[in-house]
Amino acid sequence: MLSTKRRSVGLLAATLSLALFAGACGDDGDTTATTPAATGSTASSSTGSVASTTTVAKVDVTGTLAASGATFPKAFYEVAIEAFKKAQPKAAITYAGGGSGKGRTDLQNQVVDFAGSDGLVKEADKALYKGGAFLYFPTVVAPITVSYNLDGVDKLNLSADTIAKIFQRQIKTWDDAAIVAENPDAKAKLTGPITVAHRSDSSGTTENFTIFLNKAAGPAPGTGVWTLKSGSTVEWAADTQAGSGNAGVAQIVKDTKGAIGYVDYSDAKAVGLKYANVKNKAGKFVAPTLDGASAAAAGATIKDDLSYDPLWADGDAAYPIAAPTWILVYVNQTDKVKGETTKSFLRYILTDGQKVTTSVDYAPLPKVLVDKAIAQLEMIKIPA
Amino acid sequence: MNENLNFHRRGELADSAFRYATVAAGGIVLISLSAIAITMTKRAWPAFDKMGLDFFTTSRWAPNDNVFGAKAFIFGTLMAAAIALVIAVPVSIGIALFTTQVAPTKWRRPIVYLVDLLAVVPSVVFGLWGVLVFAPSATGFYNTLHDVLGPIPGLGDLFGEASSGRNIFTAGLILSVMITPIVSSLAREVIDTCPESDREAAFALGATRWEMIRGSVLPHAKGGLVGAVMLGLGRAMGETIAVALVIGSSANISANLFSSGDALPAVIANQWGEAEGDYRAALIGLAVTLFAITILINVAANTIVSRSIVKTQGAR
Repeated sequence: MLSTKRRSVGLLAATLSLALFAGACGDDGDTTATTPAATGSTASSSTGSVASTTTVAKVDVTGTLAASGATFPKAFYEVAIEAFKKAQPKAAITYAGGGSGKGRTDLQNQVVDFAGSDGLVKEADKALYKGGAFLYFPTVVAPITVSYNLDGVDKLNLSADTIAKIFQRQIKTWDDAAIVAENPDAKAKLTGPITVAHRSDSSGTTENFTIFLNKAAGPAPGTGVWTLKSGSTVEWAADTQAGSGNAGVAQIVKDTKGAIGYVDYSDAKAVGLKYANVKNKAGKFVAPTLDGASAAAAGATIKDDLSYDPLWADGDAAYPIAAPTWILVYVNQTDKVKGETTKSFLRYILTDGQKVTTSVDYAPLPKVLVDKAIAQLEMIKIPA
Repeated sequence: MNENLNFHRRGELADSAFRYATVAAGGIVLISLSAIAITMTKRAWPAFDKMGLDFFTTSRWAPNDNVFGAKAFIFGTLMAAAIALVIAVPVSIGIALFTTQVAPTKWRRPIVYLVDLLAVVPSVVFGLWGVLVFAPSATGFYNTLHDVLGPIPGLGDLFGEASSGRNIFTAGLILSVMITPIVSSLAREVIDTCPESDREAAFALGATRWEMIRGSVLPHAKGGLVGAVMLGLGRAMGETIAVALVIGSSANISANLFSSGDALPAVIANQWGEAEGDYRAALIGLAVTLFAITILINVAANTIVSRSIVKTQGAR
């Protein structure tokens, strides 16, 4: 028998080597979430003609799809999924949310069938997508409001420079010359310290808001005022407040006199906040409305891959902080049933789905973008 | 004779089986912990590689600039945990001593039950209570403390101005409520193991109740009490949601307890959804950092305790 000391050393060595072995065995990618449930029937779908983009013969789809990604459009996707289910009762789609980053990572690892993302994929990351090439399908646009809490001030005009200075704590009180210059009528009521509210969690809303500030007030061709760059998390000054989610920021603005924060349109409307009119590229102060967001999308340049930037877009009626969002899907679908269901769902969002966007406070896409997106649907290759 | 031999052999077999089973159980724990540490470090490696030691020494956390520094979060975690301990440990040990030494026996069970009930409340409930109820109304209280304690030369720096109720002190306060049941129930168990004879002997020598507690109960229970505090500390450092909601979320180091900060698990929970690639590796790196800190503090505490036990009770 080995002595106790030698035996315990041997045991320790065995344990450590087992642990190292277990560690080495782990795969490099993220551990997969629950795999999508096995698709049910093998029912074939009748071939529908897809000649024109406006009338399509109804094709029955039966796939079960899993999706995750941006929480910004989640309310709309859930309404669209519900409505799609009425048109296609055999299909089942779940959109899990979790953030644009999570959605993109899940799509990279082919854990989901499509991903929602508020931002574009960086060139360097494109190689990480295990399924090969993917497509961007724009779905909705919605304004990001600059909400504030000031008694007696129902109309507040702010330019990008002023907003940048406020959020960087260069302007700390409401009676600052820059704000008064843009709002001479409200001069008497512009008093008190400004409390800045931002997101404590990383968010596509923060990313789009800071992209706007970066374009309008950042390094050239901007005015050079905004120095914090853009991203889902930025280095806000220490004397600002952080709220969790759009609802958290909305709550801070609602509860604190003199607060200002960026909140997406549906949450700001739900809490009953007042929004500022933001000066757009054409020099006009525009209110955050769904029409303003649609005008921004219409004024944006659309690239070939259907990525477009409605932030700081041209056009008199364009609201400058209109946030885009896309659904990312692989060109080469691996499963026939799921591929057809994905294609059908995307077509639904781009046709009937566009009619229900305003009911959940999202703006529909301009026609030119919708037509291009529907045409891009043909690029999805479904195995025979 | 044969039956006796069989019986003896069965006993031996049972003994070996028991030994191997318990070794396996302990081994599984060791393997799991090591496997966790190794796989997480592997996933976090891109961030450690990029930042080097700066990962632990820089307080700048700028994912959009690819700069990841954990210093501010380490500070926030330790600060909130320290506040929680300073408030909770005396209270918990007091509760334990009260229920075991002072309270009449028939009151013991209801009090124990009430304190343990705190442990049943889910952490997110504490967090929501903190952010919706406590934090909004706490600003006034903190500013009063600032007015009263601010002028004191050394202490004044700790009690600066409070611009909002969401700060490190609130996080520490809520953590203290959450760790009190753990520390007090463990402390109670440990104090109960002190032999009756030692206590009676102290009384026989004319000690007052406090002298008896200080002389016979606490020295005996010291090791266990430190263990209880360590467990509470572990929970305080690892608590995620409750802290994430009330700590203020700002990567900032300041002596002012009423300033906002951030803690390691809170950052991970808040920023995981949008993180990709190196950013994600950096968040996993924060988890590895927390793991390492917890182990270091535990090892340090155990070393201190065993040294002091050697002094008072002789080597084990």
